[in-house]
Amino acid sequence: MNLDKLLREKKRDIVDRWFNAVMDTYASDTAVIFKSQKDRFANPVGITIREGLSAIFEGLLEGRAAEQSASLLDPLIRIRAVQKFTPSQATGFIFLLKKIIRDTLHRKPDNGQVAPLLRFEDRIDALALTAFDIYMECKEKIYDLKVSQERNSIYRAFKRAGLITEVAEGEPDLNVH
Amino acid sequence: MNVKYMYSLLAVVALLLIAWIGVAIGLKVVFGVIFPYLAVIIFIAGFAYRVMGWARSAVPFAIPTTCGQQKSLPWIKPNAVDNPFSKSGVVARMALEILLFRSLFRNTRMKLHQGPKLAYNLEIFLWVGALAFHWAFFTVIVRHLRLFLNPVPMPIQLLENVDSFFRLEILYDSFKMALPGVYMSGLVLLLAVTYLLLRRLFIPTVRYISQAADYFPLFLIFGIALTGILMRYFFKVDIVSTKELTMGLVTFHPTVPDGVSTIFFIHLFFVCTLLAYFPFSKLMHLGGIFLSPTRNLPADTRARRHVNPWNYPVPVHTYEEYEDEFRDKMIEAGLPVERMPEETPEEQTDTDEKE
Amino acid sequence: MADETPKPEELIAKINHRPAFEDWMQVPVEIRKGMYCYASNPKSVEYVGLPNPRQWNPLDEDWKLPENWKEILFEGFRERLEKFRTFKVFMDICVRCGACADKCHFFIGTGDPKNMPVLRAELLRSVYRHDFTKAGRILGKIAGARPMTFEVLKEWWYYLFQCTECRRCSVFCPYGIDTAEITIMGRELLNLLGLNIDWIATPVANCYRTGNHLGIQPHAFVDMIDFFCDDIEEITGIRPEPQFNKKGADILFITPSGDVFADPGTYTCMGYLMLFHYLKEKYGFDITWSTYASEGGNFGFFTSHEMMKRLNSKMYMEAKRLGVKWILGGECGHMWRVINQYMDTMNGPADFLEEPVSPITGTRFENARSTKMVHIAEFTADLIKHGKLELDPSRNDNLRVTFHDSCNPSRGMGLLEEPRYVIKKVCNHFYEMPANTIREQTFCCGSGAGLNAGEDMELRMAGGLPRANAVKYVHEKHGVNMLACICAIDRAALPTSMQYWVPEVDVTGVHELVGNALILPGETERTTDLRGEDLPGMEEEADE
Repeated sequence: MNLDKLLREKKRDIVDRWFNAVMDTYASDTAVIFKSQKDRFANPVGITIREGLSAIFEGLLEGRAAEQSASLLDPLIRIRAVQKFTPSQATGFIFLLKKIIRDTLHRKPDNGQVAPLLRFEDRIDALALTAFDIYMECKEKIYDLKVSQERNSIYRAFKRAGLITEVAEGEPDLNVH
Repeated sequence: MNVKYMYSLLAVVALLLIAWIGVAIGLKVVFGVIFPYLAVIIFIAGFAYRVMGWARSAVPFAIPTTCGQQKSLPWIKPNAVDNPFSKSGVVARMALEILLFRSLFRNTRMKLHQGPKLAYNLEIFLWVGALAFHWAFFTVIVRHLRLFLNPVPMPIQLLENVDSFFRLEILYDSFKMALPGVYMSGLVLLLAVTYLLLRRLFIPTVRYISQAADYFPLFLIFGIALTGILMRYFFKVDIVSTKELTMGLVTFHPTVPDGVSTIFFIHLFFVCTLLAYFPFSKLMHLGGIFLSPTRNLPADTRARRHVNPWNYPVPVHTYEEYEDEFRDKMIEAGLPVERMPEETPEEQTDTDEKE
Repeated sequence: MADETPKPEELIAKINHRPAFEDWMQVPVEIRKGMYCYASNPKSVEYVGLPNPRQWNPLDEDWKLPENWKEILFEGFRERLEKFRTFKVFMDICVRCGACADKCHFFIGTGDPKNMPVLRAELLRSVYRHDFTKAGRILGKIAGARPMTFEVLKEWWYYLFQCTECRRCSVFCPYGIDTAEITIMGRELLNLLGLNIDWIATPVANCYRTGNHLGIQPHAFVDMIDFFCDDIEEITGIRPEPQFNKKGADILFITPSGDVFADPGTYTCMGYLMLFHYLKEKYGFDITWSTYASEGGNFGFFTSHEMMKRLNSKMYMEAKRLGVKWILGGECGHMWRVINQYMDTMNGPADFLEEPVSPITGTRFENARSTKMVHIAEFTADLIKHGKLELDPSRNDNLRVTFHDSCNPSRGMGLLEEPRYVIKKVCNHFYEMPANTIREQTFCCGSGAGLNAGEDMELRMAGGLPRANAVKYVHEKHGVNMLACICAIDRAALPTSMQYWVPEVDVTGVHELVGNALILPGETERTTDLRGEDLPGMEEEADE
């Protein structure tokens, strides 16, 4: 049986195990809620990750280029970029798929398909690199928002009104009193 | 192993042993008379103390949680129950809350129409379980009044008949003879308390937030329900002497008749423990729910002024102080001022804003 | 299997796996960058006379606390248990049923268990049990009690400033336990030690001194509004002439200063100006702005009850000084919780004012007969209902609008239908978000209660996820491109959240939409909306 066909057959199981592995990166009590709450509005994290992983795996099966999977990967990374993860933790969940696939193959009698497996794993590696790009993009966006939120709202309004210099001069000095 | 639930379980086992040994060494009067009186005294005094303690604390602001449309313009339909403008609305809100656990049900509402999957319904179990537990417990307590009243009043008889209607369903004569009418309430109570316990033990989120004080009453109530059921259906305690004891207690002529079995003393000791424990525990939510200011006040604060008993004057920054600081700039910007600068050459800039 | 190099998944598994503590008390607090706001500026703390002004850093081991800080906290705790039944009852009756656990936007977004409302409250309850209950003192940890320590204090500070006091959990609690109330008390206690954040402390000091959070002085306030009038004139050919600090006006208008100084609230402000101008021309409406009471918002509410009262006092004092009949309030969230549930009690009775009556429709606002302050959404809805406004909703046809219920007007007031009615009358395309994310179940913007700083952006984005997720849904399903709200903090915070989560959606106040639709008497044909963007169907003309 060829690898792609096998993986496709096992897709549901693999994605489930991948999802559970990602959920294990959260505190155990949190993971339960993220796993079990099926309402997408009460549980954006769990639902986004579950649906995202499924779509990403489908993309891998189809051999889609990593860049094409970026839009699928984006919502997941966007969430993990603001949670309590280091960069490697936030993106490293991609590699968890490798272990799951190897485990799946080990349980099959004809596991001598090294070449297709390596090709598949290359796709996973490429995906991981894309994930890191997205992660950096998200972080840059965060830093950008940190810096620009005041400029964008308050100072833009002041500038439009031609008040920006006046305010700098008349900046309230709380020392006066 | 979770120490919190272990401690609680061990405490209940210890209670069981204490009662067992106590009765075995002949302390029947202690367990049948002294402890019940003590427990009732502690319960009543403690309950009153706690409620008065809450009542002593002030309600400085009326801060109901509004869960529906306010009463505003005449053509907009207000939600009279979830955002009560009137006293009757508050009564309705409280009644729904206390009798039907309205807020807990809100938990499940949107899920009901979202599909038949089991996962959705896990939350409704909390509402159903809580409702079953509390109503069954209430029924059991009311039913037990037969032990303290002679003759047994009609309503209690009626309740018993309804509660034990299962007896009528059993067709085999011998079986019917073997089992007295099965009280639904007792079984429901046992099942509900088991569910609430399992929920705490097996849902990690709930386990994480649970304290020993959450497990203890559940184990204790489990013990009470279990001993009650054992007594009725399996050990077949002597009803006559038991009622003699309970009637003795309530008429203040306490006696301990011979026929009362050990399991009854264990059951009674569990109940005494629950009563004595009640006022010092979270079980006081029974009283607290009536006093919760986010639920028991009308949302009419813009129409009727709520008075804060300790409202005290605070330092404020007056308009005069403000104008004194910014007068020149205000005049320059064409803003009206109370006093023109030349009228008061001595500016009051050094006035202390904090009064 | 005897492979010596560890497989990558093993490495990651090691890094990834979170230790599963059985007991939350064992989990040490880690104050993480991006999740907290900078400590208060001592100048601001000192200006309003709050305790312990000094430079301090939450990351330092030494918070420069007063020597007897534990005693201060204990006494403060005791005092508040007596003064607030809410606090005492909420400390006692929680049964930890878990109904609130997954209702908090910060928990949903961050996944941090201590953001479950029940645990946030347990942070205080554990100390309460130790200090104020016998069982707690005797049984200690078994009874869920722990003594106050510096570690506990850090935990309090970190998590009490990860709550936006939105009250969503309170809706689901069978006893109505309100985490907002617990956070309010907790922050009051922290303030006794000088442990505030600067995003709250400095607006408070500014507001006390200049009348508004940004510390804008009177002339700048007037200049800014003047500038809006220029803009309106440019767009419509009509120049509103607002009045300031005018004695004897009928009505005093107070709105959050964010509407005057921060985009996109400024467009909402232009909407107010146009509405007032319209009413003045048509019906002789007489309303005044105040530079002294130039702030509707009240960051004192996030500091202490006393500070809230001190800042709020200006509203009635100014209404009295100017001799107006009643007060009209602009679009703001916590401002309205304060007005609706606190103002009359704290600074009333306002017997020098009259029961509010709309001078245009004659509608008596009976629901505000004591506080004498009317929400502008109530006021405008009444005008539209009586056919007093000439509207052209097609001028908002480029917008597909959804409405975000702000936490405080929905759960501390119940202002749900009025803004919806207004939006539906001034816009042709309106779509609701899913039922469990609006009205009393609305999700917070993630930045309320003084947390809309820059340095805590990760926290804000994580907390904003549930709201943004629902917006994304209506964006994808209905093409929604505009998120309307009635809160100045929303208008400041949601654009940032949208830029991160749903960049295609922008944010507006309801009265910006009104301003776009309102046909001013004698106006020239508009080619742009208030933001200077081409109106639908006007693109070609604008190009010419």
